[in-house]
Amino acid sequence: MTTRIGVVTFPGSLDDMDARRAVRLAGAEPVPLWHRDKDLHQVDGVVLPGGFSYGDYLRCGAIARFSPVMESIVAGAKEGLPVLGICNGFQVLCESHLLPGALTRNDHLHFICRDQRLRVENADTAWTSSYEAGQEIVVPLKNGEGGYVADERTLDELEAEGRVVARYLELNPNGSRRDIAGITNEAGNVVGLMPHPEHAVEPLTGPTTDGLGFFTSILKRLVNTP
Amino acid sequence: MSLDTVKHAAETPETELPWAELGLKPDEYERIREILGRRPTGAELAMYSVMWSEHCSYKSSKVHLKQFGEKAPVSDAMLVGIGENAGVVDVGQGYAVTFKVESHNHPSYIEPYQGAATGVGGIVRDILAMGARPVAVMDPLRFGAADHPDTRRVLPGVVAGIGGYGNCLGLPNIGGEVVFDSCYQGNPLVNALAVGVMKHEDIHLAKASGAGNKVILYGARTGGDGIGGVSVLASETFDSTGPAKRPAVQVGDPFQEKLLIECTLEVFKEKLVVGIQDLGGAGLSCATSELASAGSGGMRVELDTVPLRDSSLSPEEILMSESQERMCAIVEPDKVGRFLEICEKWDVIATVIGEVTDGDRLEIFWHGEQIVDVPPRTVAHEGPTYHRPYARPEWQDALQADDAAKLPRPKDAGELREQVLRLVGSPNQASKAWITDQYDRYVLGNTVLAQPEDSGMIRVDEETGLGVAVATDGNGRYAKLDPYTGAQLALAEAYRNVAATGAKPLAVSDCLNFGSPEDPAVMWQFAEACRGLADACQVLGTPVTGGNVSLYNQTGETAIHPTPVVGVLGVIDDVARRTPMAFAEQGQLVYLLGDTREELGGSAWSQVVHDHLGGLPPAVDLERERLLAEILIAGSRDGMIDAAHDLSDGGLVQALVESCLKGGLGARIVVPDATDPFVFLFSESAGRAIVSVPRSEELRFTDMCGARGLPATRIGVVDGDALEVQGQFSIPLAELRQTHEALIPSLLA
Repeated sequence: MTTRIGVVTFPGSLDDMDARRAVRLAGAEPVPLWHRDKDLHQVDGVVLPGGFSYGDYLRCGAIARFSPVMESIVAGAKEGLPVLGICNGFQVLCESHLLPGALTRNDHLHFICRDQRLRVENADTAWTSSYEAGQEIVVPLKNGEGGYVADERTLDELEAEGRVVARYLELNPNGSRRDIAGITNEAGNVVGLMPHPEHAVEPLTGPTTDGLGFFTSILKRLVNTP
Repeated sequence: MSLDTVKHAAETPETELPWAELGLKPDEYERIREILGRRPTGAELAMYSVMWSEHCSYKSSKVHLKQFGEKAPVSDAMLVGIGENAGVVDVGQGYAVTFKVESHNHPSYIEPYQGAATGVGGIVRDILAMGARPVAVMDPLRFGAADHPDTRRVLPGVVAGIGGYGNCLGLPNIGGEVVFDSCYQGNPLVNALAVGVMKHEDIHLAKASGAGNKVILYGARTGGDGIGGVSVLASETFDSTGPAKRPAVQVGDPFQEKLLIECTLEVFKEKLVVGIQDLGGAGLSCATSELASAGSGGMRVELDTVPLRDSSLSPEEILMSESQERMCAIVEPDKVGRFLEICEKWDVIATVIGEVTDGDRLEIFWHGEQIVDVPPRTVAHEGPTYHRPYARPEWQDALQADDAAKLPRPKDAGELREQVLRLVGSPNQASKAWITDQYDRYVLGNTVLAQPEDSGMIRVDEETGLGVAVATDGNGRYAKLDPYTGAQLALAEAYRNVAATGAKPLAVSDCLNFGSPEDPAVMWQFAEACRGLADACQVLGTPVTGGNVSLYNQTGETAIHPTPVVGVLGVIDDVARRTPMAFAEQGQLVYLLGDTREELGGSAWSQVVHDHLGGLPPAVDLERERLLAEILIAGSRDGMIDAAHDLSDGGLVQALVESCLKGGLGARIVVPDATDPFVFLFSESAGRAIVSVPRSEELRFTDMCGARGLPATRIGVVDGDALEVQGQFSIPLAELRQTHEALIPSLLA
């Protein structure tokens, strides 16, 4: 049976097509999910793609959180549904309180698009099991509000529990605390990531194919689940 | 004051209207009276005044622009030519591509962020209106001196505006230019280009036909922004007590535009529209008159049904408003329901504001009373035509006589090295990554090449690998020295850039940025540039598909350098065969293609080292350009070259530095016998490129060049971690990188 991965389109989602392509290249079936539709169509996992949902005019991800589809996703995530939020999707996950902390304006105040070196810190989540812990990868990063912040206690907790999924190497592109590029929830099924692995899945259009692992990880996990 | 209806206008012929304040000339106003057989109403006057403006009517430029049609080379690729929102080109496999470059210069100087942002928005809607999905944008930009304080105000705002709008719209920004020159200090050039892709059968045109079909306005509500000249009309004649409610520059909402794109593409997919037009300059006046003028019948519009952001707007203001993110569609009555459903799905407001009639008039009503009754062609397509006087300026001879060849040259190898570093670290030659890194180049996942590559390249079809490449170029310094040759050099460079990446050049879009047409010297520059470009397009077989003219780019009496910016679109059968600019492998051989002559007029060297502009620009040999392109394309297709980079401003040394830094590999270069090292490195002779050739392909490649008659000189090898010119100097890559990359952030960050 094919693994079905839902990719949500909010008004203002931009990388939804790219996320669907990445899911397909990883060998799963991408299923478009519409923001107004509560029905998750029996998907085995969900990607919240990058973009500017609802224009991000209030606060990034703040409106998307209240969309009908998010109601089902939040409920599903609490039951173990794998959810990957990329960039704007990460912001939505924080606004939904599925992940702690928040994403703030880049410290240098400019939007930045660059090929970013990362270290995968935790290879045990639903979305990172294709990697080795400590593995270094290069994937595109592009954001205006990607600075990860949380209070010191939360940051300490994330570190202590191994919930920092990926960290920026060489250059911290947005002022994230402790160079954090991505985190996971306690159960490891929900991952938020500021860089864009869906833009590093083909040698022709990406700097590397290092990003594919996020999408094959979910496949591996679901195939192995009895 | 009461509504100025058609009936009222007929009864009060003596009423004075502020036609002069709206920019109309006495004879133009007289002609409007003649056309209508009475005085115009306020609303009619407003429509004529904006549609007959230089911006909308091309009244000063069109006598010269018509050469682009008359001299157009026969091209099988051309599907839609000049006159529509954008030209459309066949790229094979059932796909068509539309592209266009446009200016947003003046708004961007006044309000850099919004001016630049709405420039992107406007060109993207032009592309969308042709039926295409917009797939990429690029921005040719020109600013004053890099270290001038006002550049620090204008540039970051423009860049943030382009990024803020384009990034939020989800379109990759794949190229463009950033040029600094003090001639643009009070008048920066913000040009924007967009590319769209569709299937042949999806091409849509801006025409209203079929009596009874509905006129639907959809997208943003109409507000008081961007009314500009009409504010005079509104404040002095119609409602002097109302609030001042209009910023001079339109305000963009990229989120709304993103919804508009998705909604429009879904409407196209279900084949729900007969004709479509975006609302840009001149707003509803333009959209209604152009649709009706191009169609078979007339049009009736109930203006009071237009959804407003500000309920106090007068009918004249609604007609003139340039509120962004709006489109106007002509839809058959039985398809209106489905059309509105799709708009509702995307949260886009859509309103039936009128219908196509079987008459021949554009009639506009306000709460049942008629305020406009005009023949639409007279508004949209039959505006005034000027034959402005033009004359070669008397200073042109002296400028050309001031030959750059006489400038002092580096005395020894040490000075040569020092000037190389000055060149690659000068504002125009330095890395622009600080700027282009503020643009998303990855979104949509089809970007094969982006800046600083010679051209941006987008994959069109994932299965077959079909792709398109676009480059824009322009050199105001060359054009100042000789506008005819300068325009040809702009085309030649863009053409070469497209070919360097392996794509076959097909078509041209141009943005002609000049000073005031009322100055005969400027008008001569314009006429010469048009003639040069049209002649060159004919030889290269690349027709002009559309574009834009921007005049009055000057501060006081001083015009900018004449700046024709030329965009060339090319096609590549399989993007996997594209040629990047980076040296990729140690040991590969570096070949210089083409002839190097001593050509320093207008060069980057003369600007950076001597702050000089004089002499003649490099000579153009279009047949050579065509041959070079053929070799570059064949080399790419047959796997004979692994890197290629065009030679233009900064000459050979600039190209070598860029190819080395991009690949992180050095090169060892030998100056050919009987060649002056300085000329070899700094001359800007056209029709040249460097390529890197795997040793296994050398014979095949040189045989091909020999057989075709293209000079190919082996000048060195990719090697080490420095750029070494043997017998002259060696500069470590780290030093080059520091010099090349540090300048722009140090000035602007």
